[in-house]
Amino acid sequence: MNLTLRIWRQTGPEDKGRMVTYQVEDVSPDMSFLEMLDVLNERLTLAGEEPVAFDHDCREGICGMCGMMINGNAHGPQRGTTACQLHMRQFADGDTIDIEPWRARAFPVVKDLVVNRNAFDQIIAGGGFVTAPTGSAPEAHAAPVAKADADAAFESAACIGCGACVAACPNGSGMLFTAAKVTQLSLLPQGQPERYTRVIGMVDSHDDAGFGGCTNAGECTVVCPKGIPLHTIGRLNRDYLAATAKHTGRS
Amino acid sequence: MAVTGLVLVLFLVAHMLGNLKIFTGAEDFDHYAHWLRDLGTPLLPYGWYLWLQRGVLLVALAGHIWAATMLALRARSARPVRYAHRKKVQGSYAARTMRWGGVIIALFVIYHILDLTTGHLNPIGDPSRPQANVVADFAPERWYVTLFYTLAVVALGFHLRHGAYSALRSLGQQTPQGERRARSLALLFAVALSVGYLVVPFAVLLGLVR
Amino acid sequence: MDLYTEGNPVTDTRAPDGPIEGRWDSRRFAAKLVNPANRRKLTVIVVGTGLAGGSAAATLAEQGYRVRSYCYQDSPRRAHSIAAQGGINAAKNYRNDGDSVHRLFYDTVKGGDFRSRESNVHRLAEVSVNIIDQCVAQGVPFAREYGGLLDTRSFGGAQVQRTFYARGQTGQQLLLGAYQALERQVGLGNVEMNTRHEMLELIVVDGRARGIVVRDLVTGEITTEFADAVVLASGGYGNVFYLSTNAKGCNVTATWRAHRQGAYFANPCYTQIHPTCIPVSGDHQSKLTLMSESLRNDGRVWVPKTEGDDRDPREIPEDERDYYLERIYPSFGNLVPRDIASRAAKNVCDEGRGVGPTRLGVYLDFADAIQRLGRKSIEAKYGNLFEMYERITGEDPYEVPMRIYPAVHYTMGGLWVDYDLQATIPGLFVIGEANFSDHGANRLGASALMQGLADGYFVLPNTIANYLAAGPFDKLESSHPAAVDARRTVEDRINRLLSVNGDRTVDSFHRELGQIMWEYCGMERSAAGLRKAVDEIRALREEFWQRVRIVGDADGLNQSLEKAGRVADFFELAELMCIDALHREESCGGHFRAEHQSPDGEAQRDDERFAYVAAWEYGTEQPVLHKEDLKFEYVHPTQRSYK
Repeated sequence: MNLTLRIWRQTGPEDKGRMVTYQVEDVSPDMSFLEMLDVLNERLTLAGEEPVAFDHDCREGICGMCGMMINGNAHGPQRGTTACQLHMRQFADGDTIDIEPWRARAFPVVKDLVVNRNAFDQIIAGGGFVTAPTGSAPEAHAAPVAKADADAAFESAACIGCGACVAACPNGSGMLFTAAKVTQLSLLPQGQPERYTRVIGMVDSHDDAGFGGCTNAGECTVVCPKGIPLHTIGRLNRDYLAATAKHTGRS
Repeated sequence: MAVTGLVLVLFLVAHMLGNLKIFTGAEDFDHYAHWLRDLGTPLLPYGWYLWLQRGVLLVALAGHIWAATMLALRARSARPVRYAHRKKVQGSYAARTMRWGGVIIALFVIYHILDLTTGHLNPIGDPSRPQANVVADFAPERWYVTLFYTLAVVALGFHLRHGAYSALRSLGQQTPQGERRARSLALLFAVALSVGYLVVPFAVLLGLVR
Repeated sequence: MDLYTEGNPVTDTRAPDGPIEGRWDSRRFAAKLVNPANRRKLTVIVVGTGLAGGSAAATLAEQGYRVRSYCYQDSPRRAHSIAAQGGINAAKNYRNDGDSVHRLFYDTVKGGDFRSRESNVHRLAEVSVNIIDQCVAQGVPFAREYGGLLDTRSFGGAQVQRTFYARGQTGQQLLLGAYQALERQVGLGNVEMNTRHEMLELIVVDGRARGIVVRDLVTGEITTEFADAVVLASGGYGNVFYLSTNAKGCNVTATWRAHRQGAYFANPCYTQIHPTCIPVSGDHQSKLTLMSESLRNDGRVWVPKTEGDDRDPREIPEDERDYYLERIYPSFGNLVPRDIASRAAKNVCDEGRGVGPTRLGVYLDFADAIQRLGRKSIEAKYGNLFEMYERITGEDPYEVPMRIYPAVHYTMGGLWVDYDLQATIPGLFVIGEANFSDHGANRLGASALMQGLADGYFVLPNTIANYLAAGPFDKLESSHPAAVDARRTVEDRINRLLSVNGDRTVDSFHRELGQIMWEYCGMERSAAGLRKAVDEIRALREEFWQRVRIVGDADGLNQSLEKAGRVADFFELAELMCIDALHREESCGGHFRAEHQSPDGEAQRDDERFAYVAAWEYGTEQPVLHKEDLKFEYVHPTQRSYK
């Protein structure tokens, strides 16, 4: 396959950035999307041009490090798939592919396709945990969890924190990420004591980080590589309402 | 957003029910319009209730628009650099027309007030004969008014569908079944309201109401 | 031998005596403590944020120490522990199927082919039960039964069901638990988190590990950071093979730099080749993807009985299939340990019975399981793995048998540590995959997560106090000669890499190095091959320093420069691995020497000569071997049999 790539190049946070066109030849349909970029980078290096910087690590769809807009789709056209798991058989010979970084104020561009997602860590630090210092845990079977709840909690816990939800959201909101963690922990007995302080802390951190507000557009769940459902946001809303009603302010 | 929206929705339901009085005859309809102004008397002077209601609606509307503007501004600031290549939104059509739909509806409401409340843009414009005003409004030769009205109501339908769905979400719908229920409920509600509003002009157009 | 010299034996001075059940208790009691008020005055650097590093950083901060944590990724949650699929072992005996701490201990020592320390492994088995409690308390969504209690499944090398799991994403869920605990401490101001920072040198002052040199990968700034103790939790070195199941960024730099500063490197040749990975599809391949070992619970491994059988697997009748694991190992069947399953796959492929376009593959067939349990139940257990397989290969494993082949997965070797997990440099602690301690010559499935968390949550936070009790140590400035030296080493290396300006990319060297290692130091090794490998590695390393090309500068994000530094260290490690493999004239666990096998092709240990840990000291000319003898008082070495 031969492809035309139009890739966002930006030398650093201060640079304005621009789309640059490249040709890549002899792409195998068995390559992953990132392997195709590797091929381009090898060529650029030998030509003395700086290779395209992009984040990636595990290349098996679980670390959440990779992520880019591919033809306007977060992680590309295949649903439920991260960029590293996207394979070139999803494209056709002669295609033009536009590649851009995640765009959000909370995710400033570091270089080319690399963005800074520390804002997600801040949301977790704002309350996305159960306070259980090492050594303090009761016997694991002390609190049984109904299988349905455990499964639903798992479904939300599958979030890999890649940021596709933010990238795709017309409002630049990080609500699906936030709601996934809120939902996981609010479904489990271990998460109950901090249920309401957690939701307030996380939503506050979310808003402070400069994410937009949720208008239920539903884009996030469509592009989510792990299929985190939209109704997690409902659970967040309910807990948030209850929290603001019951608890005045943070603990 | 959800709270102000809810107030406006309540008004829309009441307004639609009132509109449907047109099918029980001109006298009933005019009487209804008069009754609205009479409501609350003798506790309140004539017309006060309506002004009160208008006040509440205005506050709700302002709140609604304010909240929407805030959300839009936040969205704008949350993405200072736009995408060069952006797929159209893949969620629902209704979701992506919320902002434009809202503007269309707002413009329509202004026209609607100038038309049927103050009478400035109505061919008859006699506040004491609301039924006649309505009938004159949707006369066949004034097809463009009917068209605009229809467009506005369709926009309203979409707006309501996503609005109701969102409101249910904001109020904490949180399971897959709940999600399906919320979707159907919102759709049903939006269709019912749109139909309720559209039967009036079309009845006039087709000569069922004179 | 001409490639190394032998030094004095090394002994683990911290290992307690007495009955094995009481050793951990007695060590904890004997160790010095630090009172809570003094902990605030002590700083600990933790490099790496995987299961070991993340849990250690969080726990130390909870205890009141000041922690500075470093990772090269953009978030601590990305560490490669996240990719562990199958599960975590614990001797809970919830199944009432005869499990116990002693059995887990026994299985792990035996699984490691009698090349690990009994004391360490027993401690691991003891704390395994606490790990499950701890993780459940954090909200880790383990799989559960309908009654609401935890579910377990079986795993290779064990006949009891002691593996706890969260679908195929156990590592992810455990890591997120540790990460959340860590972020909580970050929020409280007890941990200073430095993401996108890479450790490039260890700073040793007066014989103690006192700090590290780090490069901020975003700005390129190089700084010296000091602490009272340094903990390395930087993972394994499987990427020396280029193609492995490790994340692309996994590297040996942190541990190798410590090794060059004096820390011994133990058993570098012990590498685990995982039997169930998706086969290589072409030259562009950048990494290999693991299919969880748990698949062997329900999948049956087979190849055609005749060479070169190209029929659609579904059309090959039962009696023309060779379910070779079930045939050769009837009692463990498809659940034999990893080293055995991998080598068996290699053998059938060497016989020409491999399948797929490259003939380097065997079938993992679920047809029977789907028929017996129904597609739904298979979907519930392995759905995400099947989807992943289909995305990568374009084939539907519900219809066509999966094709799998072994790939490098885990490295049992690592920095030598004593019972306290302290390296030969005082003040340097090494935990998780980065150390060598618990798995001997082969790791059992679902034991890596157990070890990482055991080290981070329960072992290190207890043992490090014994060292820190002597602190706080003198405050250091970046102008200290040792710091200046370390920093200069880093800067010189970077400048040297950038100034080569040759005509080959870093990846092309890395790929070639990987091919040498896979060929000669992979699943089967021989003296001649390893000698050849040493020569080839040296030549390639020389070429690397003359021909590598890195575009760009060191003043900002430069991913080629990062890779180049890592590959440069891999070259040095690769040589040591080959020397270690060459010197160990026996087969054990993941180390299989062609010259040392039983008549039926099984690994043949030589306990007389090689029942020791090979701890290598860095030497500018040649490495120096220090032997630590292994004593077996409870599990007596036998020929491992899974038949």
